[in-house]
Amino acid sequence: MQAQAPAISTETLTHLQRLEAESIHIMREVAAEAERPVMLYSIGKDSAVMLHLAAKAFYPSKPPFPLLHVDTTWKFRAMYEMRERMAKELGFELLVHKNPEAVERNINPFDHGSALHTDIWKTEGLKQALDKYGFDAAFGGARRDEEKSRAKERIFSFRSAQHRWDPKNQRPELWKLYNARKNPGESVRVFPISNWTELDIWQYIHLENIPIVPLYFSEVRPVVERDGALIMVDDERMPLRPDETPAMKSVRFRTLGCYPLTGAVESTAATLPEIIQEMLLTTTSERQGRMIDHDQAASMEKKKQEGYF
Amino acid sequence: MAHQSDLIAADIEAYLLAHQHKSLLRFLTCGSVDDGKSTLIGRLLYDSKMIFEDQLAALEADSKKVGTQGGEIDFALLVDGLAAEREQGITIDVAYRFFSTDKRKFIVADTPGHEQYTRNMVTGASTADAAVILIDARRGVLTQTRRHSYLVSLLGIRHVVLAINKMDLVGWSQETYDTILAEYRAFAAQIGIKDFTAIPMSALKGDNITAQSDAAPWYDGPALLPLLESLPVEDDQRGKPFRMPVQWVNRPNLDFRGFSGFVSAGVIRPGDKIKALPSGRESLIDRIVTKDGDLPEAVAGQSVTLTLTDEIDISRGDVIAATASPPPVADQFEATVVWMDDEAMLPGRPYLMKLGARTVAAQITEPKYKVNVNTLEHLAAKRLELNEIGVCNLSLDAPIAFDAYADNHDLGGFILIDRISNRTVGAGMLHFALRRSQNIHWQALDVDKTSRAAQKGQRGRVVWLTGLSGSGKSTIANLVEKRLHANGRHTSLLDGDNVRHGLNKDLGFTDEDRVENIRRVAEVSKLMVDAGLIVLVSFISPFRAERRMARELQAEGDFVEVYVNTPLEVAEQRDVKGLYKKARAGELKNFTGIDSPYEAPEHPEIVVDTTAMSPTEAAERIVAWLEGELDYSI
Repeated sequence: MQAQAPAISTETLTHLQRLEAESIHIMREVAAEAERPVMLYSIGKDSAVMLHLAAKAFYPSKPPFPLLHVDTTWKFRAMYEMRERMAKELGFELLVHKNPEAVERNINPFDHGSALHTDIWKTEGLKQALDKYGFDAAFGGARRDEEKSRAKERIFSFRSAQHRWDPKNQRPELWKLYNARKNPGESVRVFPISNWTELDIWQYIHLENIPIVPLYFSEVRPVVERDGALIMVDDERMPLRPDETPAMKSVRFRTLGCYPLTGAVESTAATLPEIIQEMLLTTTSERQGRMIDHDQAASMEKKKQEGYF
Repeated sequence: MAHQSDLIAADIEAYLLAHQHKSLLRFLTCGSVDDGKSTLIGRLLYDSKMIFEDQLAALEADSKKVGTQGGEIDFALLVDGLAAEREQGITIDVAYRFFSTDKRKFIVADTPGHEQYTRNMVTGASTADAAVILIDARRGVLTQTRRHSYLVSLLGIRHVVLAINKMDLVGWSQETYDTILAEYRAFAAQIGIKDFTAIPMSALKGDNITAQSDAAPWYDGPALLPLLESLPVEDDQRGKPFRMPVQWVNRPNLDFRGFSGFVSAGVIRPGDKIKALPSGRESLIDRIVTKDGDLPEAVAGQSVTLTLTDEIDISRGDVIAATASPPPVADQFEATVVWMDDEAMLPGRPYLMKLGARTVAAQITEPKYKVNVNTLEHLAAKRLELNEIGVCNLSLDAPIAFDAYADNHDLGGFILIDRISNRTVGAGMLHFALRRSQNIHWQALDVDKTSRAAQKGQRGRVVWLTGLSGSGKSTIANLVEKRLHANGRHTSLLDGDNVRHGLNKDLGFTDEDRVENIRRVAEVSKLMVDAGLIVLVSFISPFRAERRMARELQAEGDFVEVYVNTPLEVAEQRDVKGLYKKARAGELKNFTGIDSPYEAPEHPEIVVDTTAMSPTEAAERIVAWLEGELDYSI
């Protein structure tokens, strides 16, 4: 399906048109007001939509900021392939940061657990990268329908020089007026797709023909069942327990992160309408496949306070 | 319900096509604490099947642990997402929730009821098309109901629904309902809510939420959800003259120059005549550029990039408007201001104002009055404290294009930003421009500052000494002036105490008066620098914001800040005028260093430490610094 310029003189704008216009407006405000903005790229479907919107927001110019991938080295191989392809196709400069301390200590989810793995690679890695390049505004693809503390966060979310979020004392945010001002060292995280839902994202991907990582589509893949989740054996680094033998199953992923921490769902949905259909009929939320949210109550809020995006 | 449409399973493509064309309604829920806001939202999400099994399981576990419904599902826990909120059982900040029905997609802002969190309630209300104001049928119209209704009216939310909730607890009494309705109607008329729909309901039991309930046979109006589905969302801005604030100038190469922005009102087509404001230059629309191809027209609510047929100078913050009816341009306004910061709004202090894509410096006058939101009384006020609402005049340092807030929220709504902390400290709604701003024009003068200073063979300067009372400012300033005078310089000296005997004798020592004190002295010293003089100013001037204002009045390099650094203990020990003693005894209020703060300079040009050098040595250091720069020939 190819997007076409619609004739809309008398028709009400649809919810997707309104959301698209809002996201573009937000991105342009950042480009105009921040000194050194960056777009955090996680290679998932939300990032894919965010990149697509950025390409629209500044057309015919290229987006005036680079992409930053805070790499944990444990993403699915298909995600790395997509990362290189998208940066090239959309004309972004791509920066990849791997926390050198995590590299040196070989931090991984098997030996160190998901909490430490996430903290060192992602939270610390992100803070290091932002400091290293001196970025003062970072776009993130978080949505308010994902999780309770995200539902509370501003679109322009102020961070102290220590990258901390103070959820009890957020800046008021009225109308379309975003306050991007800050002192040296302080920064803002900006969430241009805050008001999109999971269904909006999928429908927009469908309508706009946006490329996404093939792992979202069902295929027969090698998985092991571990702690109630289906984990894909994506490379040889995954240590198998004595009783584990990878089984070939038709699975797909509703959300993508580090492969050892991302549970697959059994599915035969191989097209976008089928994926959307499955999503609408499902009875569990998308973050259910994410191990890190379950580590402790209010864990996302805590992580965000410490600087996780 | 909606999301569970049979089409999903039967014909997903048909479902998607239908969903794609749904409109979006943003609404907020507000009202008094415990009127059932969160329960209502929980109910809407639950009934529209937006709560997943894993979320429901977590909710059930939480309800047993910390719920307030005796182990039953406590929907409030679903929306109160912050740890502090769940611990305290209150809503602190606005939460956004999403659901959709067969007809429409909804974004609902659940806003806090406590007065303390008014700024968060206003945040949620500013983007809403409709407001659902809840009332507990047992308790009727309360203070918070009135306050929220006033804010809803102030923010110009078009559709108001009065949800008279917990009707099951009053036996669905029509009499109770009618009494509350009559009381609210009378109040609504006073605050300018012309029209609203009242619905008797029970969010907990689900009556009159998704469908009309049998519980109230005497009520023949709509249930809540069908009403929300049918409220008109057609943007009424589309029928108005074209307006687009320019966010970003799009220049990929020398051949393309576009202006990117969000169309705030009207419709535009290639060939239409436009005017750029505040410059007033005119041109024609050449193309409406998007990545999906050029558009034949753009309407309010779209983000586009416009190109023009002429090369005219337009930058970020300018407004592109229909030539036939452009917005007015002015630099002084009357506005309603909602104050949102712990630090009070001080008249005269310079703030930054952001309106559309424009940020300018703004000063606010003493409020004409503030509003007691609970009684609607107008009260006299010197300042605005956190959560107070007042009507004030604003004066900007540059003219801007604007519309009255009532006509266009994008060009009439503004935020105020503190220039030191960068916090968003206030928000406001423009009413109209003040006539005087359009009538006073600067006189261009032939003999100017440079020629006057050149005649004296020097550069006009302000030397601004700041420091605690008793730090030695006046003594040092006197010595500096004597030395400069002896060197043949033309000088003047403004001393805090002396000026307060004359020009500023009407001012006291409150924060507001301190700001005004400094403003006047800064303006007087500017006139003196214009006359070519070297002006020595010896003022405590405790606040950074005002010293910055004084600095910015002068040309770059013409303001020399001298920090006379004396620790409080030392100044208090000296106590030349006996003032510290009085302040400690409580006989002097608002004394700097004792019960009023002193904010030390961050980047002064000169620092003199009076514990390490004598007044004469301090004066010599200042003179040496100045003489290095003063000669006009340099």
